[in-house]
Amino acid sequence: MWEYLKLIVLAVVAVGAAIAANYAHDLPYMVNAVVVMLAAAITFLWTLRHVGDAPSLADVSANYNDGVVRAGVIATTFWGIVGFLVGVVIAFQLAFPQLNPAWSQGILNFGRLRPLHTSAVIFAFGGNALIMSSFYIVQRTSAVRLWGGNLGWFVFWGWQLMIVLAATSYVLGGTQGKEYAETVWYIDLWITVVWVAFLLTFLGTLMSRKEPHIYVANWFLLSMIVTVAMLHVVNNAAIPVSIFSSQSVPVYSGVQDAMVQWWYGHNAVGFFLTAGFLGMMYYFVPKQAERPIYSYKLSIIHFWALIFLYIWAGPHHLHYTALPDWASTLGMVFSVMLWMPSWGGMINGLMTLSGAWDKLRTDPIIRMMVVSIGFYGMSTFEGPMMSIRAVNSLSHYTDWTIGHVHSGALGWNGMITFGVLYFLTPRLWNRERLYSLQLVSWHFWLATIGIVLYASSMWVTGIMEGLMWREVDANGFLVNAFADTVAAKFPMYVVRALGGTLFLAGALIMCYNLWKTVTSVDSRSTAPSAVPAE
Amino acid sequence: MSERNLTRKPGEVETTGHEWDGIEELNNPLPRWWLWTFYATIFWALIYTILFPAWPLISGATPGLLGFSTRANVAAEIARVEAANAPMRDRLVAADLTAIKDDPELLQFATSAGAAVFRTNCSQCHGSGAAGVQASGYPNLLDDDWIWGGAMEDIHTTITHGIRNTTDDQARYSQMPAFGVDGLLEPAQIDAVVQHVLAISGQEHDAALAAEGAVVFAENCAACHTEAGTGDRALGAPNLTDAIWLYGGTVADLTYTVTNARFGVMPNWNTRLSEAEIRSVALYVHSLGGGE
Repeated sequence: MWEYLKLIVLAVVAVGAAIAANYAHDLPYMVNAVVVMLAAAITFLWTLRHVGDAPSLADVSANYNDGVVRAGVIATTFWGIVGFLVGVVIAFQLAFPQLNPAWSQGILNFGRLRPLHTSAVIFAFGGNALIMSSFYIVQRTSAVRLWGGNLGWFVFWGWQLMIVLAATSYVLGGTQGKEYAETVWYIDLWITVVWVAFLLTFLGTLMSRKEPHIYVANWFLLSMIVTVAMLHVVNNAAIPVSIFSSQSVPVYSGVQDAMVQWWYGHNAVGFFLTAGFLGMMYYFVPKQAERPIYSYKLSIIHFWALIFLYIWAGPHHLHYTALPDWASTLGMVFSVMLWMPSWGGMINGLMTLSGAWDKLRTDPIIRMMVVSIGFYGMSTFEGPMMSIRAVNSLSHYTDWTIGHVHSGALGWNGMITFGVLYFLTPRLWNRERLYSLQLVSWHFWLATIGIVLYASSMWVTGIMEGLMWREVDANGFLVNAFADTVAAKFPMYVVRALGGTLFLAGALIMCYNLWKTVTSVDSRSTAPSAVPAE
Repeated sequence: MSERNLTRKPGEVETTGHEWDGIEELNNPLPRWWLWTFYATIFWALIYTILFPAWPLISGATPGLLGFSTRANVAAEIARVEAANAPMRDRLVAADLTAIKDDPELLQFATSAGAAVFRTNCSQCHGSGAAGVQASGYPNLLDDDWIWGGAMEDIHTTITHGIRNTTDDQARYSQMPAFGVDGLLEPAQIDAVVQHVLAISGQEHDAALAAEGAVVFAENCAACHTEAGTGDRALGAPNLTDAIWLYGGTVADLTYTVTNARFGVMPNWNTRLSEAEIRSVALYVHSLGGGE
């Protein structure tokens, strides 16, 4: 019965999407409608072929739903490579504008690829990493199978569909023009549906847990899911121009719109890339180090301080704009107060390793996690510092911001995710070990040197262009033309692109290593972890 | 996979007694330095919000004890610089255009002001180094080849009223006919006249065609560009005998120009810049090397 209902819904969606494609007002909408039609049609055929099948043995017998985590590991790796590759391309486009040739205008020029890069790394790479590790962690620490049957699979495939829709619309010019929230209105609606399914899966699993208490990693993951839902819905409130158009009008205007956007934008960093990844850190670091968490008390205090303070810090993105001074002051002081709560996570992560520091010599995965926590600490010091009005008057609109974001994204989010992928792959595919620890070391050094090149070149250009912009002569007249600052940045842009190339090379080595782990390492002799730990 | 329980070292603090998938938690106290730094930032934040505009009220917000305002600060800073420069500005506007360069103090002031005006307003087309962009027909301002004249008065007029715009009645104006598009010349005649232009500008050319082209030139082009092709600044007709080209001097470029004509536009700056600014940027351009 349920399967027939599913078939009917899929058929209606496929036909509806075909009709929508026919009436489309613009190209991004039409292409997206075709993508939806194909996705619905493929799912329809797949469902049809499996009508009446008995649930497969693996699905029933395994006490953990690890299939969806395995799929997540593959998706995280794949989208990571895509995101880094596009990043390297646009870094070279900035250094060498000839790489935006006339034939590519309106599809592959910098302006179209930039949101593709940011969304690919944040939402495709980071999002898949978060969903996949949430599903792994919540099952392990609750000692139950993922709640909701195939709901986890819906979340996984729904998220991949969102990524494909977003990517195809960006390159064709479908955008809301809001940074990190470029997805147009119907994709926003779909994200909401998938995200609520994610929340239900996660909450359902937590509520059916066999452990008496909820583990700290799950606090962070749950706060991430709940807050991102709120941010997403509020910031994307818009009225579509037509149901057959990708364009919409935001319900806010002027400085209110800017403030809502940066309330969202800052907390996308705060909850998606900080709280969510701290959740990953709180599970995988103690597991890999085989050490207890350093301080339960610290985890409670820094958790509540972090989520309470983060949400107010957005106005620091709008210093010296139309935003009133009082809002800018509040954004700044909340950012500075956020320094220690952020560092609480770093302390708990690093101190968990005390007594296991020798592993740094022998275990490149631990090394990756430590460097990741180190970059986390550095970025969460740099962030509050840059939020101070006087510092911001120099740093704002310069490459310093780009460097700051990347020391967080490449260093913290990237490195911890690589560590998690190395941790999970042998366990999920039931392999004895990783294919090669030496290749992990190669990855570690390529990525670390890449990040250092990236961040330091952006500090140099950022501070240089900030100083050049404000340079005046004895009479108070500007000394530099804007084009002079662009020309002066060229060498550092090349260094940045090379740093990105090294980072991408490391990730490709990881891909190979994970692939070989799955295909050519012997199976673990002991039984797989079918029995949840009690 | 049987993960072994995470072991505790002897003498370590107690754990909380819970365990998840082998993970335990130690009950270490909050690091003192962490806690006190956290308190210090909160204390600092409170003081800061008393001193600076911060807390929203029903209408408006607390102004802060220091009376800080980003808008007032920037307005005050601009007013201070304006006031400091006022005497020199007045002297600049009152001075005779050609006499500015003889007053060293005024010259220094005007050149530095003009450079800033140029970088902000002119560099987008003429380049931050003023070398122009040949492919787009933005003239090089560093050489001594002037289309509308290179004396101070000429440059001042060009900047004030602009060229071929529709917003200023006194804009410099002239229009070259589109000889090919409008059917004024046959393609063969265009080929010939292009060879003639190559000849008078000292480039490699087909002598026989160029001789034919000389006749075409005399009948169609000489009225503006003069018989010898040296151009006429009153009409903005460029000199064709030198090696400097506004839209390129190759056969293809010249053929395109004669066929379609060109129509370079420059805005009038009298509605956007003050007289002092126009004078200073005119002086700056004049000083770049080609001023007459």
